Amino acid sequence: MEKTARKVDAGPVEDFTVKIGKEVLIGDLKLAVFRLAEDEFHTIKNECPHKKGPLTEGMISGEHVFCPLHNWKIDITDGQVEEPDEGCVQTFKTEIIDNNVYITV
Amino acid sequence: MKKLVLIGNGMAGIRTIEEIIKREPEQYEITIFGSEPYPNYNRILLSLVLQGDSKVDDIVLNDYDWYKNYGIVLHSGDEVTKVDTENQLVYSSEGKEVPYDKLIFATGSNPFMLPIDGADKEGVIAFRDIKDCETMISTSKSYKKAAVIGGGLLGLEAARGLLNLDMEVDVIHIQDYLMERQLDEPAADMLKKELEDQGMNFLMGKETVKIRGKNRVSSLLFKDGSSIKADLIVMAIGIKPNIALAKEAGLEVERAIVVDDYMQTSAPNVYAVGECVQHRGMVYGLVAPLYEQGKVLAEHITSQTPEQTAGYEGTLLYTQLKVSGVDVFSAGEFVDKEDTKAIRVHDEFEGIYKKVVVRDNKVIGSVLFGDTSDSPRLLDMMKSEQDISEMNKVSILPSEQERGTGESPVVAMAESETICGCNGVCKGDITDAVKTKELSSVQEVTQVTNAGRSCGGCKPLVSDLLEHTLGEEFNKADQKQPMCGCTDHTHEEVQAEIKEKHLTLVREVMNVLEWENKEGCSSCRPAINYYINMVHPLEAEDDANSRFINERVHANIQNDGTFSVVPRMYGGVTNPDELRKIANVADKYNVKMVKVTGGQRLDLLGVNKEDLPGMWEELGMPSGHAYGKAVRTVKTCVGQDFCRFGTQDSIQMGIDIEKKFQGVQTPHKVKMGVSACPRNCAESMIKDIGIVGLQGAWEMYVGGNGGIDLRQGELLCTVETDQEVLDMISAYMQYYRESARYLERTSHWIERLGLEHVKAVVVDDKKRQAELIERMETTLSTFNEPWEQIIQDGKIKQDYYEVKVTS
Repeated sequence: MEKTARKVDAGPVEDFTVKIGKEVLIGDLKLAVFRLAEDEFHTIKNECPHKKGPLTEGMISGEHVFCPLHNWKIDITDGQVEEPDEGCVQTFKTEIIDNNVYITV
Repeated sequence: MKKLVLIGNGMAGIRTIEEIIKREPEQYEITIFGSEPYPNYNRILLSLVLQGDSKVDDIVLNDYDWYKNYGIVLHSGDEVTKVDTENQLVYSSEGKEVPYDKLIFATGSNPFMLPIDGADKEGVIAFRDIKDCETMISTSKSYKKAAVIGGGLLGLEAARGLLNLDMEVDVIHIQDYLMERQLDEPAADMLKKELEDQGMNFLMGKETVKIRGKNRVSSLLFKDGSSIKADLIVMAIGIKPNIALAKEAGLEVERAIVVDDYMQTSAPNVYAVGECVQHRGMVYGLVAPLYEQGKVLAEHITSQTPEQTAGYEGTLLYTQLKVSGVDVFSAGEFVDKEDTKAIRVHDEFEGIYKKVVVRDNKVIGSVLFGDTSDSPRLLDMMKSEQDISEMNKVSILPSEQERGTGESPVVAMAESETICGCNGVCKGDITDAVKTKELSSVQEVTQVTNAGRSCGGCKPLVSDLLEHTLGEEFNKADQKQPMCGCTDHTHEEVQAEIKEKHLTLVREVMNVLEWENKEGCSSCRPAINYYINMVHPLEAEDDANSRFINERVHANIQNDGTFSVVPRMYGGVTNPDELRKIANVADKYNVKMVKVTGGQRLDLLGVNKEDLPGMWEELGMPSGHAYGKAVRTVKTCVGQDFCRFGTQDSIQMGIDIEKKFQGVQTPHKVKMGVSACPRNCAESMIKDIGIVGLQGAWEMYVGGNGGIDLRQGELLCTVETDQEVLDMISAYMQYYRESARYLERTSHWIERLGLEHVKAVVVDDKKRQAELIERMETTLSTFNEPWEQIIQDGKIKQDYYEVKVTS
C-alpha cells in the first residue's frame, strides 16, 4: 500500500479539450481532469458526492461543473458543492511541466 | 360651486371623492385634510413596503397630480381639530378655517394599543402607517429581537416583514390558534406550521401584562410569569374607530359614528364613510364594504333626487388574502354549530384545506386555505342563497382533476360573479371594459375598473380573464419570465435578438445580451444553443459544451454513469439480419440488458462510454435519437397489409415520416404515432403528433402526451394524401420549433397558444404554411447522421469518448 504522494504524468496538454471534461484512470482511482483555459487545469475525483455521477460528463460553466445526473453544481477549483446542496469532492494538485499534465495523487 | 370638505385622506374617503368626480366633476369645490404627509396610499399593501417588495411610491393610489388635475385642495400633514356643525365650518391644527356645504368624516381608525405598564416605552409601535414601517426598517438595522403582539392578519404580516428585515420574530397570541376571526382550527394549524417553517416563533395562549425596559423596551412579561426578551414590540391586536373629533362635534356616536343607509350622521350635511362608521350596528374594517359605502354616499350627494337613490344595506363579510405567500379565503359563518353541516377537503400533501358550512341547505360560510380558486363561486352561492339540496355535495368542492382541463376558474364564472372583492368588480365589468376600451394588460384593467387595485389578490384571475377575453392578442409582456437566473431576458427576447442581431455563437449571445452570470448555466446555455441552431440552421456553430451529455455523446446516460444505445428502426420495423447484429454486439460488449422501449425500439443498456463508437460501427445502423430533444420515434400499428381492420398503410407512412424528420432538433422531444384505423393501436392520441388512418384519409392529432401531464391529442386537420401528411407535419413542427420555449413540450405549447391559433397559422394560412415548410426543408438539408459522423472522426472519438489510463 502506497501512501506517499506522487506525481503522475497524464499525458500532453493537447489530449485535453478546453471546457470538456476528461476521465483519467490511475489504477482504481477515477479522476476528472478539466482544462478551463489554455493553461488552466484542475483535477477532482470523478464522482459526484450525491449519487456518484461521472463529473467528466457534466456541463462546464466558468469554474463550475453541473453533474449530468441531477444537476448538482460543483466548483472545479476547490471541489465544493454549491448551495442548496451540500458536500465536497476531493481535489488533486495539477500542474503542467514541459507541456505534460501532472497530477499529484 | 358648493363646497365639500373631506376629513381624512385615506382609502375610503378618497374612493368616495373618486366616485363623486366620476358622477359630477363640476358639482363641488373639494378640500381634503389628512394627518399623514402623503397623498392617498394603499394601506393594505404596507406589508409589501415592510417586506421590501415595494417602495412607498409604488403603493400610492392617487399622486399629487391627481389632486391638482381635479382642482382638489389637499392639506396633507394638517389635521382638523374642530368642527362647527351649526355654522358649517372646520378648523385645522395649522389655523385654517374652511366653510362647507357638505362634510364627510373619513377619519378611519387608530391601532388599539394595550393599556399595560410600559406601553409608552421607546420601541413599542403599531403597524398602521408608513411611519410605523419606517420605524421597523430603521430598528432592524441596530436591533435583532422583535416581538409581535397579536396573531391576527396584521400581526402576521408585520412578523413576515420583520423576518425579511433579518430580525428574530416571536409572535404572541392570546388565543390558542391564529387568525381566529378568519380561520377555523385546522386551517389555523396549517398556517402556523407554514409560518414556523418560514422562521416565525409562536407563543400561543399568552397574555402580555407588562413591558419592561429602561427607556427602551427590553423584555415582555406574561400573565403566567414567563417572559421573553425583545428590542422592538409591534402591537397588532386590532383597531378602534377614530371618533374623538366626531364626538366633540356633537355627532351621535356609539362604537363608531352612527350613520343611516345614506351614510348620513346625526348632524345635517355631515356624512361619514369607512372604518369610523357604524351602520346598522356593524363596524367594518375591510375595504370592500367601505368602498360600497363610498359609492352609496357619492350617488346620494350628487343626485338631483337624493331621496330616491339606493341606500347601503350592509355587506356580506369575507376576506381573501395572502398571508406570507399562502392563499386564504374566509367568509360568513365558518365555525361549526349544532344546526350546521360541513363539506370538507383536507389534503395534507398539497397543504390544501377547504370547508363549506351549510345550514338549511344553504351555504352560509367557508374557509379555504392553500387554494382559493373556489371562492368566487362559493361567494355567489352565499349571496344568492342558492338551495343546494338538489346538488351533488361533492361537486360543491370539485377537485383539480375533476375540473379537468386546467382551465382557469374565470372561464366558468357567470358575468355577474365578483372578481375583485375589494372593489366590487364583477366579471362582466372587466370583459366589457376590455372590449370597449381595448385594454391589453392587467395594469390597464386595474386603472379602468379598479379591479386588483387594493389587496391585489385577484390579479391572477384578472390576468386569466384578460387572456380568455383577448384570446391570442393577450400580451404577456407584463408577466415576463426570465430564461433563468443568469439574465432578465425571456426566451422570446433571446430568440428575437438572435434573429435580429444575427448571432451564431452561444458566447456571443451571452455577451451581447449582457448576461449577469457571464458563463451561463446548465439551463440557459442549451436553450441558447438550440435557438441559434433553429434560427440560423446553415450558419450556426454548435457548441458541444452547451449540450447536455446525452446530446454531446449521442447516447443516454444511466444512473451508474454507463450509457444506453438505441439504434434507429424506422417505423418500429426490423429484420433477422439487424436482430442478429444487435445480438452479436450485445454479447461482445457485455450489454447488461436488452429491452424493448415504449417507442417500439430495442435498447442496449449498460454500455461504457468508450465502447460507444465501436458498437455503432459494428451495428452499422443509424442513431435512434432516443437521447435528444429531437424527433424520436414514429410508433406504428401493423396496418392494412396484415390487419383485418386496417384502412391505411400505417407502417409505410410511419417509415416515411421517420426517414424525413429523423433527428430534427426540437424544443423538447417529439414522439409520433401512426395508426391505420381509429382503434389506435399505435396510441396516436397521446403522441406529440398522432396520425390516424380512415378510409381514404388521414387525421392529424396534435398536442397529445403520455407523460407527466397526460393529455389527449386534438384534431388539427384531416388530409387525403401521404404527401399532405408530410407537409402538415413539416409546417406544424416548424411552427413548434419557432414559437415554443426550449424544454416546452408540444402539449404545453399548444395550451399556451391555443389550438385555434395554431390551426390558423399552419392549416388555414397557406402562405405561412408554405414558408414554414420551406424553413423545415432547409433544416432537414443540414441533417448528418451523428453516429456515422463520430465513427469517421478520430478527433471527436478521442476528445469525447476515450478515457486516459495511466498507472
